[in-house]
Amino acid sequence: MTAAPVNPVERLLRMERMPHIWCSGCGIGTSVNCFARAIEKAGIDFEHLHVVSGIGCSGRVAGYVDVDSFHTTHGRAIPFATGLALSRPTSKVVVYSGDGDLSAIGGNHLIHAARRNIDMTVICVNNFTYGMTGGQVTPTTPQTARASTTPYGNFEDTFNLPNLMDACGARFVARWTAYHVRQLTRSMTRALKMNGFTFIEVIAPCPTLYSRRNKLGDGVAMMQYYKERSRIANGAPTCDVEIGYQSEIVVGEFVERERPSFTENYERRMRAVLGDAFVPYEGTR
Amino acid sequence: MAADPSVVATGMHFIDGNEACAEGAIAAGCRFVAGYPITPSTEVVEHLARRFPRIGGMFIQMEDEIASSICFQGAVWAGVKAMTVTSGPGLSLMMEHVGLAAMTECPAVFVDVQRAGPSTGLPTLPAQQDIMQVRWGSHGDYGVIALAPQSPQECFDHIVTCFNLAERFRCPVFFMMDETVGHMLGKVRIPAAREIEVVEREFTGRPPGEYQPYRIYEGDQPEMVRVGMGHRIHTTGLTHDERGYPAMNAEAQDGLIRRLKSKIQDHVEEICICDEEQIDGSDVTVISYGITGRVAAYTAELARAEGLKVGLLRLVTLWPFHERLIAGLAQRTRAIVVAEMNLGQIFHEVERATRRRVPVHLVGHAGGAIIEPEALLQRIKEVLR
Repeated sequence: MTAAPVNPVERLLRMERMPHIWCSGCGIGTSVNCFARAIEKAGIDFEHLHVVSGIGCSGRVAGYVDVDSFHTTHGRAIPFATGLALSRPTSKVVVYSGDGDLSAIGGNHLIHAARRNIDMTVICVNNFTYGMTGGQVTPTTPQTARASTTPYGNFEDTFNLPNLMDACGARFVARWTAYHVRQLTRSMTRALKMNGFTFIEVIAPCPTLYSRRNKLGDGVAMMQYYKERSRIANGAPTCDVEIGYQSEIVVGEFVERERPSFTENYERRMRAVLGDAFVPYEGTR
Repeated sequence: MAADPSVVATGMHFIDGNEACAEGAIAAGCRFVAGYPITPSTEVVEHLARRFPRIGGMFIQMEDEIASSICFQGAVWAGVKAMTVTSGPGLSLMMEHVGLAAMTECPAVFVDVQRAGPSTGLPTLPAQQDIMQVRWGSHGDYGVIALAPQSPQECFDHIVTCFNLAERFRCPVFFMMDETVGHMLGKVRIPAAREIEVVEREFTGRPPGEYQPYRIYEGDQPEMVRVGMGHRIHTTGLTHDERGYPAMNAEAQDGLIRRLKSKIQDHVEEICICDEEQIDGSDVTVISYGITGRVAAYTAELARAEGLKVGLLRLVTLWPFHERLIAGLAQRTRAIVVAEMNLGQIFHEVERATRRRVPVHLVGHAGGAIIEPEALLQRIKEVLR
């Protein structure tokens, strides 16, 4: 008799915490499924993987993954992860959070972590809304889309997150939708194996709030939209990948560059100036 | 445990309080500091930025105080002793993560070199105005520990105390310096490493599967853990159960929050440090702390030279507030003067604890200069009249 195959997703989850809080049709769970497979493919030992989240629907990921995990404050997952990553250089630190958490309240930390090239992978689930608080507008909500705080349609310009991360010097920038599970898993696997700051945007449906308020149908309808209107363009200039309301979505791996990480820069500079007097910071290596 | 002799700057030094604080943190085992420049605290991190690369520590200047106040907590969960350093306006920004440290029971040391506020206030001039903010500044109920040094020597000695208390009680611990103590040059004796008592972090010995991060197995605190030990821990700022998992109900909230308070409140005698002098039978006792403690000591000398019976109580530990000690003063002295560089913060605590069984007077001002001994002496005489 052969043993039943182990579901790689279950291995990553704190099954005693199921069922999760995510709505049916939500894309966050799909991204976690890809994440679990990517960890397996990247060959990362669970004891050397730490997941940090902020607040919000996507911020709940840290609570469901069965690794050392931290559910921090709104927008501040990245600075927590910075202290953790610098003090635990043998581990892989992943920040898993949403568009509102990472690009609005946490926007300052996002750009500085990318600039410093801290060793971390940031997975940003972008569902164009604050789901946990009832569907308010975020910096990524497309213009004219309705949110509870833009009842006449959003009138603000939006963040093009891959372009922002590119400008800040991120080592690796990719975007996929919840429809592109194989590509997303592959990009996650690649990011997990890289040093430095890597960023993946996952465009995900929020049927309960974003789609319903904009009369865009259920989760299946959003998948249909992603399937029909996504265009794969690896290496596309990030200035060309802005997302409009129900527009074409350019997906792919946009940026990959070599660049010394924060720790590499630190150690190189200190060695140059202090020579043998320099003692590297090892945290709890 | 003793400090690490390879890093302790043993010897006699003539340094200011900020540098003494930095050296004390090193002696206490602190190896990671996240901070953001702010007067009058900046020299603490400037000194550490020079020292740390030579002793295997790291200073990172973050993008703001909000980031600093959580970045160092990430290092703590990696297993490192860590702190942040700031002054009033930065402290205001850090309140969110004071709450996180309280809720996740993170051994978290915050150095606050106080200046006059509110808002930008007087950046280069002293005050003692953050006393209530560190106690109540983050939303919700929780306990904290706060110490106030009166000299560069105490900046060294008591930052070590702060780190030791943080390990023992797993809560936010504030080191309440002020501009004068921070910038005052003085003789600082840094002892041999073996003479410096350092509480090392004790990690749980329980194997994965038999350990819950917020369960009390023995003693009075949960057992500490760090990442990578195989326990697959989870911490959250949400109300949680002993496993660290969210528990969204009033019963879990009540149990957890009462414990966060009582784990400190039940140990007041163990935590609190103070100096007493000639209180019994005095006509007036001056209560003070920080740099004002030195003003009070000098003023008492002047008063006693004139034949006045003046007692002194200098609080090193401000929080938890030593209510039993203060309440007992009603039987020991005939009047109390509280001297502090604010318009009444510890003063109200003293009034509350003594329940007006003894008259309590305030000598304070809104900050900007230390309290003049002459002003304090005059008030003592008025009280005695």
